[in-house]
Amino acid sequence: MKSIEELKAIRDRMQSTLNLRDDNKGIRIVVGMATCGIAAGARPVLAAITEEVANRGLKDVMVTQTGCIGICRLEPVVEVYRGGEKTTYVKMTAERARRMVAEDIVNGHVVTEFTIGANQ
Amino acid sequence: MEILDALNAEIKKQGLENEVHAMMTGCFGLCAVGPNIIVYPEGAFYSHVKIEDVPELVSEHLLKGRIVKRLLYSETLGEDNTIKSLDKTQFYGKQVRVALRNCGVINPEVIDEYIARDGYMALAKVLTEMKPQEVIDVLKKSGLRGRGGAGFPTGVKWSFAAVQNNPVKYVCCNADEGDPGAFMDRSVLEGDPHVVLEAMTIAGFAIGAHQGYIYVRAEYPIAVQRLNIALKQARDYGLLGKNIMNTGFDFDIDIRLGAGAFVCGEETALMTSIEGKRGEPRVRPPFPAVKGLFGKPTILNNVETWANIPQIILKGADWFASMGTEKSKGTKVFALGGKITNTGLVEIPMGTTLREIIEEIGGGCPNGKKFKAAQTGGPSGGCIPASLIDTPIDYDNLIAIGSMMGSGGMIVMDEDNCMVDIAKFFLEFTVDESCGKCTACRIGTRRLHEILEKITSGNGEMEDLDRLEELCKYIKENSLCALGQTAPNPVISTMRYFRDEYVAHIKDKRCPAGVCKKLLSFEIDPAKCKGCTLCARRCPAGAITGNLREPHVIDKSKCIKCGACLEGCKFGAISKK
Repeated sequence: MKSIEELKAIRDRMQSTLNLRDDNKGIRIVVGMATCGIAAGARPVLAAITEEVANRGLKDVMVTQTGCIGICRLEPVVEVYRGGEKTTYVKMTAERARRMVAEDIVNGHVVTEFTIGANQ
Repeated sequence: MEILDALNAEIKKQGLENEVHAMMTGCFGLCAVGPNIIVYPEGAFYSHVKIEDVPELVSEHLLKGRIVKRLLYSETLGEDNTIKSLDKTQFYGKQVRVALRNCGVINPEVIDEYIARDGYMALAKVLTEMKPQEVIDVLKKSGLRGRGGAGFPTGVKWSFAAVQNNPVKYVCCNADEGDPGAFMDRSVLEGDPHVVLEAMTIAGFAIGAHQGYIYVRAEYPIAVQRLNIALKQARDYGLLGKNIMNTGFDFDIDIRLGAGAFVCGEETALMTSIEGKRGEPRVRPPFPAVKGLFGKPTILNNVETWANIPQIILKGADWFASMGTEKSKGTKVFALGGKITNTGLVEIPMGTTLREIIEEIGGGCPNGKKFKAAQTGGPSGGCIPASLIDTPIDYDNLIAIGSMMGSGGMIVMDEDNCMVDIAKFFLEFTVDESCGKCTACRIGTRRLHEILEKITSGNGEMEDLDRLEELCKYIKENSLCALGQTAPNPVISTMRYFRDEYVAHIKDKRCPAGVCKKLLSFEIDPAKCKGCTLCARRCPAGAITGNLREPHVIDKSKCIKCGACLEGCKFGAISKK
């Protein structure tokens, strides 16, 4: 049974997890897993990212799923939240995802050829 | 090379030669920022490495495992213009995401993430700070109109149910989403199921109901699965069920699955279906708010309508009313499909023009084709021709030009679409989905379809146009429910704006867009034909004759217009008109 105070406590605690604050040092990787994403092949992408992050023993990195981001023709879509900013990767595959983890998540270098700007 | 040598020397010096192996590799591709080094297993990518950096690299990273951040590759801004985030694209720039605010942001299967974005705060406010009548007043003041298509003022609908004196009332969610090409509701259910649960609970409090039903089409398995997860999580947290948030208010929600009938998206047919009977509409009045599900006062709203409500409660009626036009407040979600570059889901303030949606947000028609018309409202709606592209989209404007908002499915058509064929396509759907209860719809739509079939096969007469108009009027005036009442809309609207195409089909036996098969004629250009005989061999009807190396001829009486010859010809000698 959650009271309003408990609700507020959950909200405040979760704000940093969702990277809603600039001071958050962690990284949140979100994979679009609505029907559009899954139909385009998002499950292998999610699996690949989860595996890579685990294999590399990366800390403070959260990998999760989300609903339809809206740009359905560019699915599978992966968004990376860090430090209050967001990078959107489109038309991802398991292979591209592994490279994205290596270059962006580990080294902080955005793989521009996979971003939405380069694919418009 | 010197760096490689320096590396190896340093590694040896620090006694790491058994654990670390430095080697040469090919070009990473980032030639401008070399020398580059990648260290595995982390895959840390160092750029602009100088010889002086090597000792630090070895002692910090290789020995101590600490990545030397200052040497990591950092994308220099200004080198190129590629955009990294979705928020800055043309697609997103004009969108205002209210109903879709959490879609694509949170994990729909984690209630804590919904709460992080102010989830269930609206419910908390309603249960502890507001009275039922105040909730209804806020909704009325906001100007929210039903997003399912009809656009009835939501606050007014709730007030009709609230004044009914009955201890048992119901709250329903229409998640049937039957319009072909519409997937707005699916996205909300798959991406943010809790918003619907929270909103329905608020409604229960406002009208005095304690049970809700979500009627979701069985063709949405992921939506159903995520709804079930959300229900369980909400109940576990005491946000649904008995004594919600310790306030003494009870409300619970159950799911009912649809079984593939478009008519069950109509509110009375939907309720009949929940009651366990064949989905057929009822006569109204009495309206559901007075006598609905199981004969009790019921309010039914569309998923997108529900998705707006918590924000209205938290941010206030004035905030919502500040968006949109005078009579159509807020935003609307559209599912862009058809001949448009950026297919997907967009949410825009009411009053945005069709031009902005098609050209700016949608990125225009692909392949350089000319925009012809946009169909809104699915099989119940009408088309907006290119000449009216500057129409601001809202409920009343669309009705004035012969279309309707509908649930939000927007199919874009270009010069290669035949408008008569489009009307026929929608009628095929409606004929199939008619429940059959009333004569006007059951028989009327079938006759409409037959006439359209006649026209597109080249057998039309000018009198058919009069017959179409008369039939449409009759069906509209006499059908029991909105399926029948709106079924003639595609015909009426295409005849209004594209009458010349109908006339061409009838008088000239010609389809201007080159779509209606029976009106096409395939021809071989004797100047281009090399007499290779490929087409004659491909033709399944034996309609092509000709000698080797001489121009071939198609016998039009035998031609079945399959197009196999055109596809196979390597000289572009065959054309269809």
